[in-house]
Amino acid sequence: MARRLPRTDVAIVGLGWTGSILAYELSHTGHDVVAIERGPWRDTATDFNIGTAPDELRYAVRHEFFLRPRQETLTARNCATQEALPIRKWGSFLPGNGVGGAGAHWNGQTWRFLPDDFRIRSHMIERYGEKILPEDNHIQDWPVSYDELAPYYEKFELVLGVSGKAGNLKGKIQTGGNPFEGVRKNEYPTPPMKQGYAQELFTKAATSLGLHPFPLPSANVSVAYTNQYGCTMAPCTYCGFCERFGCANYSKSSPQTCVLPALVREPTFEARTECEVTKVNLSADGKMATGVTYIDANGDEWEQPAGLVLVCAFSLFNVRLLLLSGIGKPYDAARDEGVVGRNYAYQTGGGSTGFFEGVKFNPFAAAGSLGMALDDYNSDNFDHGPHGFVGGANITCAYSNGRPIEYHPTPNGTPTWGSAWKKAVRDNYQKVASVGAQGSVMSYRNNYLDLDPTYKDPLGRRLLRMTFDYKDNERKMATWMADRCDAIIKAMGTNKTQVHSLNGPWSVVPYQTTHNTGGAIFGDSPRTSVLNRYLQSWDVHNVFVMGASAFPQNAGYNPTGTVGALTYWALDAIFDYLKSPRALVPS
Amino acid sequence: MASGALLITTAGIRARVVTKVLPWRPSEVYPVTPVVPGGCLFFTAAEAAIVDALIDRLIPTDELGAGARDAGVTTFIDRQLAGPYGGHDWLYMQGPFAESPLPSQGLQSPLTPREQYRSGLAALDAYCRANYGGCGFVELSGEEQNKLVGAMEKGEARLQSFSSQVLFSIIYSNTIEGYFADPIYGGNHDMVGWKLVGFPGVRYDFRDAIERPNHSYTLPPVGLQGRPAWEVR
Repeated sequence: MARRLPRTDVAIVGLGWTGSILAYELSHTGHDVVAIERGPWRDTATDFNIGTAPDELRYAVRHEFFLRPRQETLTARNCATQEALPIRKWGSFLPGNGVGGAGAHWNGQTWRFLPDDFRIRSHMIERYGEKILPEDNHIQDWPVSYDELAPYYEKFELVLGVSGKAGNLKGKIQTGGNPFEGVRKNEYPTPPMKQGYAQELFTKAATSLGLHPFPLPSANVSVAYTNQYGCTMAPCTYCGFCERFGCANYSKSSPQTCVLPALVREPTFEARTECEVTKVNLSADGKMATGVTYIDANGDEWEQPAGLVLVCAFSLFNVRLLLLSGIGKPYDAARDEGVVGRNYAYQTGGGSTGFFEGVKFNPFAAAGSLGMALDDYNSDNFDHGPHGFVGGANITCAYSNGRPIEYHPTPNGTPTWGSAWKKAVRDNYQKVASVGAQGSVMSYRNNYLDLDPTYKDPLGRRLLRMTFDYKDNERKMATWMADRCDAIIKAMGTNKTQVHSLNGPWSVVPYQTTHNTGGAIFGDSPRTSVLNRYLQSWDVHNVFVMGASAFPQNAGYNPTGTVGALTYWALDAIFDYLKSPRALVPS
Repeated sequence: MASGALLITTAGIRARVVTKVLPWRPSEVYPVTPVVPGGCLFFTAAEAAIVDALIDRLIPTDELGAGARDAGVTTFIDRQLAGPYGGHDWLYMQGPFAESPLPSQGLQSPLTPREQYRSGLAALDAYCRANYGGCGFVELSGEEQNKLVGAMEKGEARLQSFSSQVLFSIIYSNTIEGYFADPIYGGNHDMVGWKLVGFPGVRYDFRDAIERPNHSYTLPPVGLQGRPAWEVR
């Protein structure tokens, strides 16, 4: 039997990027805020210490900072006729855990989606006609426009100190930036990172092909920076331990570097860590949340009453919490009805790897967001007419690391062990560069999330079940993009290339990306979305749900920039809501 | 992972409560315990001898430098098996375990790494004794061992009651890990794996390398415990 605690104004589930920003803004304006986080507290000085942080085995291979599947995992299958089985060991994606969440272990690539991405359905139909849309798609326009989100993107970029070069300042195209981007009011908070030799070759090659390369917008900051919360960052040292690691240099933007030092000083804020929220509690009529129930580290159950509940866990676990709490109608793919779990999407990968001669790429001198990018093939920046697919990809030549357990490339046909392998590993470590395409994934009737009938977590709650595969539209796109990448890498000066695209069914085994989106999407109608345009639940108006779970489908970018912008966008609505609690959009 | 000393705890809640101050003290970190070479915590002497011989085929000592055995990788694997990895302690190990999972569904075996090594090495040794006139794996010639390892990789060696491919796969990935992981874990002795490819280790600051594109980086590698030249004699 849960014991009841004193009421708080706001209960926040999960203390990553979205949770810490909302916690700061709401406690700073005098609200009592309790954040409940199922993982441990983590800080730079203790947990990302320079004497322990650069440890490939511990963090990249054994996954010390990630959610342990023993505590919670998902089941997975490619289609409804298969039996879903638990992901016993993370592979395809790596959900974070603990204070900071995915914001502690990410690479820091911080994008704004393109204006067309927000109205992709209408835009594609206007330009190409209805027939361009793939079979069984659920593609929806976003309920907000780029112009509406632009100020909130900027706010988030200022918190992170993002390093980059504007390509479109107040409508004027800037040399060296991304000419396809939406209008920016100001330059990036900090100048772009330095680039390596591979990026130099990429820039020359892409320019000679008539493309428009620019530095990847990076939350591994290039210079010392102090943000509007008074949190200070130091310049990135290109140490090559970003993704899967915490940053010991205070150079990678994270809740730890950019928000928590300010947040923790707010007297009305309290964090409870190693406490797992098991559900959002509802009033008898199901129309209001009364708070949350959680289980602490000793296994004791507590009820935390709250006036407002902000669901700020990782996208997949937001969806599960809504399903376990009975908020919103669960999606039923067979009948194509309901909303919670609908429109799960992901990201396509692929590209081309080149083996060069006479070069020293120094892959270890790297950072999560070191790289050059181009958007000529993203969104609808090119004519889709001849290709017959919807969507696009961001093309990059990036080096995130040269850590040798996982990075020791050899050309196809090399033996996998023995002296010949050893020689090939030695000979190629310095000589390999890749051009990759990170592509959009549209939403479909048959890609969705629901609760698994068989497998449970240690608390006896049903696991989330993921039903997902890449569809023909995405496969066609990824193949076309990989060829574009191959053309660029050949222009960089090698004919020894290996093209990789989407082969076979989506697999849980190799790492692909932790850009899991959808399942609790926002939209204009409660029939096809869980949340209204302010990320407020259509059904329970004192529940707001943050994160990439709100994306109606995924664009050809890393999601965090848009997740941050949506958080600040929702925050304005939450301030309004707290003055006068109500459904902010009539259903 | 945070200190409790500075916590202001709301009465009654048995959770870590953080409010008003960041909850850590100076010098509070969570280092790994360095592996001390010598002996085994998990392997029997006979098992360690098979692992020694097997990983010496995978990454041999040759003109390019020490291989996996000479780099201490057997000790690395032994200590890993004795820790949380060896029991799959962090993984989801609840049943039911499917009879015929799809390859796209990944790891679905109830066997922990410790169980895989114990059963797999026994099965390999029995297979050798039955097919090579009573000789165990370690007694085979280098050529015979290479042939057998190749057959295991393809799953063509039919061991009794254990998949040779599963055994190959776990030893192979642990060998790569041990050869390239920080020497603090017992393998990669004298940073041979890092020297092979030119990985400078955990220097944590390569602004100098970024300033000089397409140039050799010449500083020697450093591990979490520094490097041998720094040791007090």
